[in-house]
Amino acid sequence: MAQKVTIEPVTRIEGHAKITLDLDDAGKVSDAKFHVVEFRGFEKFVEGRHFSEMPTITSRICGICPVSHHLAAAKAGDALIGAEPPRPATLLRRLMHKGQIIQSHALAFFHLSSPDLLIGWDADPARRNILGLVAEQPDVARRGIALRQFGQEIIQAVGGRKIHPDVCVPGGMSRALDPKQRDRLRTGIDEALEHADFGLGLIKTYFEQHAAEVDTFASFPSKYLSLVDSEGRFEVYDGLLRIVDENGTPLEAFWDTDDYLGLIGEVTEDWSYLKFPFYRPDGYPEGSYRVGPLARLNVAEDVPTPRAGAEWESWRRLASGRPVSASMYYHWARLIEVIFSLERAAELLDDPDILSTDLITTTDQVLDQGVGVIEAPRGTLIHHYWANPDGSVAKANLIVATGHNNYAMNQAILAVARQYVDGTNLQEGMLNRVEAAIRCYDPCLSCSTHAIGQMPMVVQLRGPDGTLLSTATRGVSRG
Amino acid sequence: MAEKKIQLATVWLCGCAGCHMSLLDLDERLIELAKVADLTTSPIADVKAVPPVDLALVEGGVANDDNLRILKEFRRQATVLVALGDCAGFGCVPMMRNAFPTQDVLDRAYALTESTASGAVPQHDELPRLTDKVRPIHEHVKVDAHIPGCPPSADIIWYAIQELLAGRTPTFEGVPMSYT
Repeated sequence: MAQKVTIEPVTRIEGHAKITLDLDDAGKVSDAKFHVVEFRGFEKFVEGRHFSEMPTITSRICGICPVSHHLAAAKAGDALIGAEPPRPATLLRRLMHKGQIIQSHALAFFHLSSPDLLIGWDADPARRNILGLVAEQPDVARRGIALRQFGQEIIQAVGGRKIHPDVCVPGGMSRALDPKQRDRLRTGIDEALEHADFGLGLIKTYFEQHAAEVDTFASFPSKYLSLVDSEGRFEVYDGLLRIVDENGTPLEAFWDTDDYLGLIGEVTEDWSYLKFPFYRPDGYPEGSYRVGPLARLNVAEDVPTPRAGAEWESWRRLASGRPVSASMYYHWARLIEVIFSLERAAELLDDPDILSTDLITTTDQVLDQGVGVIEAPRGTLIHHYWANPDGSVAKANLIVATGHNNYAMNQAILAVARQYVDGTNLQEGMLNRVEAAIRCYDPCLSCSTHAIGQMPMVVQLRGPDGTLLSTATRGVSRG
Repeated sequence: MAEKKIQLATVWLCGCAGCHMSLLDLDERLIELAKVADLTTSPIADVKAVPPVDLALVEGGVANDDNLRILKEFRRQATVLVALGDCAGFGCVPMMRNAFPTQDVLDRAYALTESTASGAVPQHDELPRLTDKVRPIHEHVKVDAHIPGCPPSADIIWYAIQELLAGRTPTFEGVPMSYT
C-alpha cells in the first residue's frame, strides 16, 4: 500500500523544516518534498520604518549570517541616498563579510555536516553532533571551533558584536577599526589557514575513499547563478549577476543587479512557506538554478588569490572544465571559499586605508528606490527597498540565498531518497542521508523564511488518499 | 561509574537562530560543556523527540501552532525551562508583525512582492498555521528564567547555565533573571 514518510524536524540545518516522502505499493519512493514551515513577514512589517534602521532590523532575519543582511541593507541604503561609501568603509565592509563567510562555512562543515562523514551516516543519532565530535574526534572539533571563532572575531572587531553587528549605515560605516584589533587579527590568519587546509584535506580524503557515493549523491545538472566582477572573476561583495547553463555557458551578458527583476521571478507552491525563484526567460521550473559555494565556483572564470586560485584550478578539473554538479561538492567548495576569504582578509588588513576614519559619505536626498545585492555565504542575497520622501520604507522585496536553492533541494532529496530509502525496511540511517542532501545546501531557513523559519524532520506514511497511516519520528529509541 | 551527565535540550521557535549561534560562541567552552552535559534534542543534533531533560533553552517566541505545540512539549519534559534571548523573553523583532493584520503580511510576502510571477499564500496540511499575534513564551507556559539580549553574549549564557545547573536563579546586578 502506498505510504508517506515524514522526517521532522530536519536537524543540523539552520531553520525549521520537514521532509515528506511518498512511497508506492512496492515501498519505493515516488515523490519527496522539502517543506519549510516557518513564516515571519519582514517584507511587510518593515513598512513605515526609516530606511536607516534597515541594516539592524533586517540582520534579525538571520542570526547565522546577520552580516549578510546588514551589508545588503546598507548597500540598498547607499543606493537610496545616492552615496558611494569612501574606500576605507568599503574595505571594512568587505573585511567583515570575509569574517562572515569564514564563520558560516566553518559552522556548516565542522559543526553541522562533518558528523555524517566522520562519526558515520548510520551512527547512533545521539552521538552524531558537534559535542559527539568533541568526544570522538577532538582535534577536528577543536579546529572547527577555532576556525569559526576566528571568523566571529573578525566580525566583532569590525562590527562591534559577533552576532547582529550595528556598524553599517547608509553611506558607509559608523566606527573605525582599532589598530590593536587589526594587528591581532592579522597574526591569526596563518593558523586559521591551517585549519581550513586541514578541513579541505578531510574532505578530499573522504571523497577519494567514497568516490562512488559522493559523485552520485544528489547529482543533477542545473543552471548556476552568482555575482562576479566585471571580468567574470569570483566576487562576493559587489559585482554583476551571471547565470550559466549546465555546461557552464553564460545565458546572459553580465547583468546589472539593479535590474534583477528582469532576470529572476518567483512562484509559490502550496506546500512550502519558501518561494521558488527561477530564471525568467525559461519559466518555472525549467528556469530553476542553484546558488552558493558550488555555483560560485562553477560560474567564476578565475579565483583571484594564490592559494584559493590554485584550489579552484583543481576544482575545475574535477568535471573536466564543466560545472561540478554533485551536491556533496558544496562542502568542498565551502572550504575553498574559506581559504579565499582568509587570503583576502589578510590583504585587507595589510591595506593602510583599513584604519582610516574617512568612513562616511553623506547626501541630502532620498531617492525612490534602492537595491543591495551581495553573495551571502549561501548564495545571492537581494534587498530592494522603495522609500517615501520622508525616508520611511514604502515597500520591501527580499530574495534570500536559500530561496534560490529551493527547487534544487527538492530535486536533491528526491534523488537521494530514490537511491537509499527502502520503504519495506526503513532505517534511521536512510533518512539521515536524505537530510544530508539538504545539509549540502546548508539552507538557512531563518533567512529563507524572513518570510518564515523552522526545519524539523518527520517521516509520515500516508495512503494514496492522503490518510496518515503512521509516523516515524527519528528519535532516541534507536540503538 | 561516572556521575550522570546533565541532560540538555535546546530549540528555536520564532527567532533567527542568533541565540543558538551565541551558544556556539562558547567556543572552547563547548568542550567543557560536553564533559558535564549531554545534548539531546536540539537543532544542532539529531535526537528528534524530546526526552525528559534537566534544562531546556528556548529561543524564539510563539508565531504558529507548531511553535506552541513544541513549546508545551518542552515544558512537559524539562525540569528547568529558560527563555533564551529577547524573542523568547518578550517577542522582539518578530513581534513587529503584530502591528499588521496577518493576512496582509502573508499577502505581501507571497502574492504582492514585485518578484512574484505567480503566487498565492501557501496552505497545506504540512504547514503550521500562524497565530494571529507573535507572543513571548511566558504568555503560554511557566518560564523559570530569562537570559536577555539580542542575542545574549556567550559569556552571559555560560554564566546563566552554570548558575542554573547549580540550582540557583542567575542574577543581573542583583536582580533575578526570572519572572517572579
